[in-house]
Amino acid sequence: MALIVEEIINMLEFYEPQADFGTPEIESETMVTLSIDGADVTVPEGTSVMRAAAEKGIKIPRLCATDSLKSFGSCRVCLVEIEGRRGFPASCTTNVEEGMQVVTQSSEIGKLRRNVMELYISDHPLDCLTCPTNGDCQLQDTAGEVGLRSVRYGFEGDNHLVAEKDESNPYFTFDPSKCIVCSRCVRACEETQGTFALTIDGRGFESKVSAGQSEDFMDSDCVSCGACVAACPTATLTEKSIIEAGKPEHSVITTCAYCGVGCSFKAEMKGNDVVRMTPYKDGKANEGHACVKGRFAFGYATHKDRITQPMIRESIHDPWQEVSWETAVNHTAKRFKEIQSKYGRTSIGAISSSRCTNEEVYLVQKMVRMGFGNNNIDTCARVCHSPTGFGLKTTLGESAGTQTFASVAKADVIIVMGANPTEAHPVFGSRLKRRLREGAKLIVIDPREIELVNSPHISADFHLPVRPGTNVTVLNALAHVIVKEGLQASTYIEDRCEMDEFEKWSAFISDDRHSPENTEQFSGVPARDLRAAARLYAEGGNGAIFYGLGVTEHSQGSTAVMAIANLAMLTGNVGREGVGVNPLRGQNNVQGSCDMGSFPHELPGYRHISSKVTRNLFEGEWGVTLDPEPGLRIPNMFDAAIDGEFKGLYCQGEDIAQSDPNTQHVETALSSMECLVVQDIFLNETAKFAHVFLPGASFLEKDGTFTNAERRISRVRKTMPPLSGKADWEGTMALANALGCKFQYDHPSEIMDEIARLTPTFNGVSYAKLDKLGSIQWPCNDHTPAGTPVMHVDEFVRGKGFFAITEYVPTEERANRKFPLLLTTGRILSQYNVGAQTRRTKNSEWHEEDTLEIHPHDAEERGIKHGDWVGIKSRVGNTVLHADVTSRVKPGVVYTTFHHPVSGANVITTDNSDWATNCPEFKVTAVQISKVTAPSRWQERQKMFNTQQQHLLAKARH
Amino acid sequence: MINIFVPQDTTALALGSDEIASLLTESISSRGLDVKLIRNGSRGMFWLEPLLEIEFEGDRFGFGPITMSDVPSIIDVLEDSHSDLKNIAHPLFLGSVENIEYLAKQQRLTFKRSGLSDPTCINSYQSLSGFKGLTKALSMDSQLIVDELKNSGLRGRGGAAFPAGIKWQTVLDAPGEQKYIVCNADEGDSGTFADRLLMESDPYQLIEGMTIAGLAVGANQGYIYLRSEYPVAHKILNHAIKEAYKAGFLGENIRDSGKDFFLEVRLGAGAYICGEETSLLESLEGKRGMVRTKPPLPAIEGLFGKPTVVNNVLTLGAAATVLEEGSDAYKNFGMGRSRGTLAVQLAGNVKRGGLIELAFGATLREVVETFGEGTFSGRPIRAIQMGGPLGAFLPESQWDTPLDYEAFAALKAMIGHGGVVVFDDTADMAAQARFAMEFCVIESCGKCTPCRIGSTRGVEVIDRIVANEDRDDNLILLHELCDTMELGSLCAMGGMTPFPVQSALTHFEEDFGLNSRRDH
Repeated sequence: MALIVEEIINMLEFYEPQADFGTPEIESETMVTLSIDGADVTVPEGTSVMRAAAEKGIKIPRLCATDSLKSFGSCRVCLVEIEGRRGFPASCTTNVEEGMQVVTQSSEIGKLRRNVMELYISDHPLDCLTCPTNGDCQLQDTAGEVGLRSVRYGFEGDNHLVAEKDESNPYFTFDPSKCIVCSRCVRACEETQGTFALTIDGRGFESKVSAGQSEDFMDSDCVSCGACVAACPTATLTEKSIIEAGKPEHSVITTCAYCGVGCSFKAEMKGNDVVRMTPYKDGKANEGHACVKGRFAFGYATHKDRITQPMIRESIHDPWQEVSWETAVNHTAKRFKEIQSKYGRTSIGAISSSRCTNEEVYLVQKMVRMGFGNNNIDTCARVCHSPTGFGLKTTLGESAGTQTFASVAKADVIIVMGANPTEAHPVFGSRLKRRLREGAKLIVIDPREIELVNSPHISADFHLPVRPGTNVTVLNALAHVIVKEGLQASTYIEDRCEMDEFEKWSAFISDDRHSPENTEQFSGVPARDLRAAARLYAEGGNGAIFYGLGVTEHSQGSTAVMAIANLAMLTGNVGREGVGVNPLRGQNNVQGSCDMGSFPHELPGYRHISSKVTRNLFEGEWGVTLDPEPGLRIPNMFDAAIDGEFKGLYCQGEDIAQSDPNTQHVETALSSMECLVVQDIFLNETAKFAHVFLPGASFLEKDGTFTNAERRISRVRKTMPPLSGKADWEGTMALANALGCKFQYDHPSEIMDEIARLTPTFNGVSYAKLDKLGSIQWPCNDHTPAGTPVMHVDEFVRGKGFFAITEYVPTEERANRKFPLLLTTGRILSQYNVGAQTRRTKNSEWHEEDTLEIHPHDAEERGIKHGDWVGIKSRVGNTVLHADVTSRVKPGVVYTTFHHPVSGANVITTDNSDWATNCPEFKVTAVQISKVTAPSRWQERQKMFNTQQQHLLAKARH
Repeated sequence: MINIFVPQDTTALALGSDEIASLLTESISSRGLDVKLIRNGSRGMFWLEPLLEIEFEGDRFGFGPITMSDVPSIIDVLEDSHSDLKNIAHPLFLGSVENIEYLAKQQRLTFKRSGLSDPTCINSYQSLSGFKGLTKALSMDSQLIVDELKNSGLRGRGGAAFPAGIKWQTVLDAPGEQKYIVCNADEGDSGTFADRLLMESDPYQLIEGMTIAGLAVGANQGYIYLRSEYPVAHKILNHAIKEAYKAGFLGENIRDSGKDFFLEVRLGAGAYICGEETSLLESLEGKRGMVRTKPPLPAIEGLFGKPTVVNNVLTLGAAATVLEEGSDAYKNFGMGRSRGTLAVQLAGNVKRGGLIELAFGATLREVVETFGEGTFSGRPIRAIQMGGPLGAFLPESQWDTPLDYEAFAALKAMIGHGGVVVFDDTADMAAQARFAMEFCVIESCGKCTPCRIGSTRGVEVIDRIVANEDRDDNLILLHELCDTMELGSLCAMGGMTPFPVQSALTHFEEDFGLNSRRDH
């Protein structure tokens, strides 16, 4: 066993640039056979000669070509001879033809290539030995390949050798003296990322790469995704980490631990240090693209704030005391048992983390059910996508998105609702933009004018600026128009849905109260736009819906999710490529943590705890008797804590004190605990209320799997040993064993094997298969051994699709004279969630603080100017931020982010929650805004408390 | 009433025609004469501009080149009721304009209306058989129109000489709802002005030709990509387009045919490379003017990715003639595979510069000697550059070459857009070769390496040769550089920049260093 494990974990590779075929892969059913240097090659029609050669292992020198970008034909190094053609065609821009005879090497070609290289090098510094990309430079390689031996032009001529470096970006340097003007960076910015921040300025010999209009990178529109850096064939655009450390010596393929896109990366290493994260081309979620977080913001993993020793203390006013793992877990087990004997079996519980691996989440819920003997296990999905789970399960039969990200390339009409992909799911955002540039139509339903509404080469066909809290009226009105105008997919509905329910729903939705003309008074969305958008979605071809927390985090979050599913079924837009219902998951493993049974009512695979059959299955494997009663949800835990009935909590990798609503309520609950155990990589806000701190491991320090928003299970691979000596799963195992659970795993692969044994949708999953296939989209079992990219293909998972009645019930959180504005919240590109990771990286250079967006009209009324301190007061609390006066928000709506603890965004959010799942209503808070001169009392207190806790921490560290 | 004409085209304006016209108007009114002043286009005899014409008994009589001081004496002639306008004793009197040899010896098809009337007057255009070709085309099937063009043998007049009918056929056959007609009016070659002359003197012909092209290939939208250096043409074109819409020759349901064609003018931003068709399309799309790789051909994926006809002003103008006169009549002109007429633009150091439209087949010597009458300086001609800044320098031994695309190509020279620039024996051909490279330095789009860097190195190497620094090695290097640019460049800009350099080296080597003629 140990030997196999060794083999699996040794996915180390010596550092080697990823294979590059020069031009993109072409899909075609027609195959073409040609001869290259006398060898026959058969490739799809439309393939370039360069790629055909590369597939045969024949390398044609090239500089401007790379397979992530459309061929460009500028470098003129890839010239070849083709029988019957004049001159020397460029192999990158010449497509294959049947029977073509290509010669890639001859003395004439050699001379031509050498002479072109000579021109390049006549305007390039000769400092290879001290160049940051020495040994990893395509210009250097190509000069070698063509046999350049001298530069007859000399180096006295006109040149760009003294061009100044731009070091404004914190992560990479732009050194134009090394630029060969191949435009790969410009094209990557356009084609791959879709930001259009870069251009070529000037013409002829004066042509040069320019960020914006000769701005530096930091001041330009650049979003620091790194696509240009990855595309650069020279040292012109180079990671500062590489300039500092030099070329990596080995690499490990792993999965990003930021958002729910789940990008695959090559962690490029020197010893145990990551020197670069390069997006992995074979990663199916990202296909070689990345964003500023995954690509560059990994420095937090080795930040000085990392805590690597377990710590305990009696009260939160005591200094921390560093102890061994053994002492820490034994201490915790003892305290938990004491609490249970004093307050009862259900007085303790746990919260699992959507940032941890599937295996770790699985172990936490297993420990709760076995070791705690109750079902008090919940996960942070409670506060984000629990309505997705409920809503999609109810209507379609499975608690997950229906598509792959790549499927968007076949969508014709795209609805983006309550999501901001270019900020929160940037790599998917780039895919989406690419499809939009190809001509797909876009409907944005969002209170704010997000980037997709209007940005370079992108403009939404309709922006429906919904008033926060009224999503359901908009969705119902869309369905109303489709039904009343007879645009529904009747055959599809008859074939695939429950007709009785449909008839009922149809009668419900046809009522005039759902007409856009009527709902306009609630939603503020003009009826004319709404009608046109409904027609576009129903009649525009493949319709795909992507939504985010702007849909779920409402008192009617689950209703809205069901309304979305209704719309998709109504128009026949589920069950094939290019369509579907797609929740954009916030954290890297939200999908996985839900799949793994970390809900108080569900065992892994979304099976209710009340089912005896399911319980028996787990009882058989685990050798215990399971409690059939669902346990406490996170908000119930807080309430029970305040009521004195819930006294112990194990919280792994979540910062509920910052991320959950009504902070003061949460703080009171945490202060009521007798034993709060926090496992995290930093002393986060929650840990400041903790009695036991178990040091966590970053994603670089452990093996496991993450499941992204596409249900894609991808491997996380260890690049360095855990700083604390234990990966999180090992920490949980130690605690469980201290509680008497007898867990025995040598490697997370064994945990996955157990999950696979017990979960029908995971039956076919194993580490060996993951290593072979790269990633697997569940369900994966005997029916679908390679996984399931598109769900509900022939029929819905629940059999017949269910049209749920989605009556609009206004939230109780309403604007009135005292609280006239509606606050809604969101994220920005450079920061992630509560910011614990990104705030500890140079990403903060883009976003140093959270600000309050307010419309000029509302600002004017209150005498607020851009940059003023403003107080934000809700029914439950108040906080103070700087004002950002902008028309991105409409009058009556204000907006902020929650990346910095001191912002106190959640001090003002309320206890309101989704009727079905208790997902908090983060997105709607009635507030009043006024000009103030100082931070709020809570902020002062938070600052003091923080100082005090840092002091207590310092004592533990001497 | 007597009609008198003073041109309003750019050349005449540059020579003071506006001031002359004002003075004429003033004098006519102060003397109370029954004379109408019409601002016509130019006949293209620029050595006679400003050319004032008087219409009398159906004929036109000219004075030129006139200045402000000549105006009173001409007014006197007009005022004298006894004047025999056919035979006036005036130093600038030219007699019947049609009989001026320079004009009479030409075969004018495309420029037959040039200078006859107010170019913006749509009625005049119609009375001069304008829109006849379009009227025919409106009743013809698309394929028939394309067949006419093919049969005419018309080849692209922008310089590449690609058969226009085949291009139209490709666009007609390309699938797609939306197609475009783009007129390349970015006339940037040195010594050329034919496009400008047509647009300023007979703009409706271009409108007619483009509409015919639209009918032929199924395009309902046209764009004229006009260089910004042509403000007069811009004004005149826009005026004419407005009139054409009003008269139902443009827009929806043209002349009740049920067919539509919309047309607008877009201005360039001063880049020579935007005369290259793919750069032009990029620029027209609002992007940086940069060469695209071909394939895909613009005929398949052109403007905004749609099938697009990109033709020069003269090609589209000729298409109107082909439809009006019939393809057989058109192809009767010319020689070999060069059919129809060529608008030679005679410029540089020449005595009588201007537009000379001739059937293909005349020789360069006839043009410069018969029409041009030698150099302006009076010195012997040393070299002629034909086809713009990328054209070869031709020594006297090659001047008897007939104007024929193939004959010129055989010399590694080109007819191009028909520009002829004359140099006398004081011209330093090494400096001219250097200028060819320098022009490329400035005007290269910067996309491909041979053109972007090669041209800069070319200037430097020529300087070294002229300075006799390692002359032999540098001559080899220059030849290799020329080969690299010719064989390796992405478009004709870099690919043909070596032609003037190589021809100067071949025919005028004495100018390049060592025993340089210029060493004085």
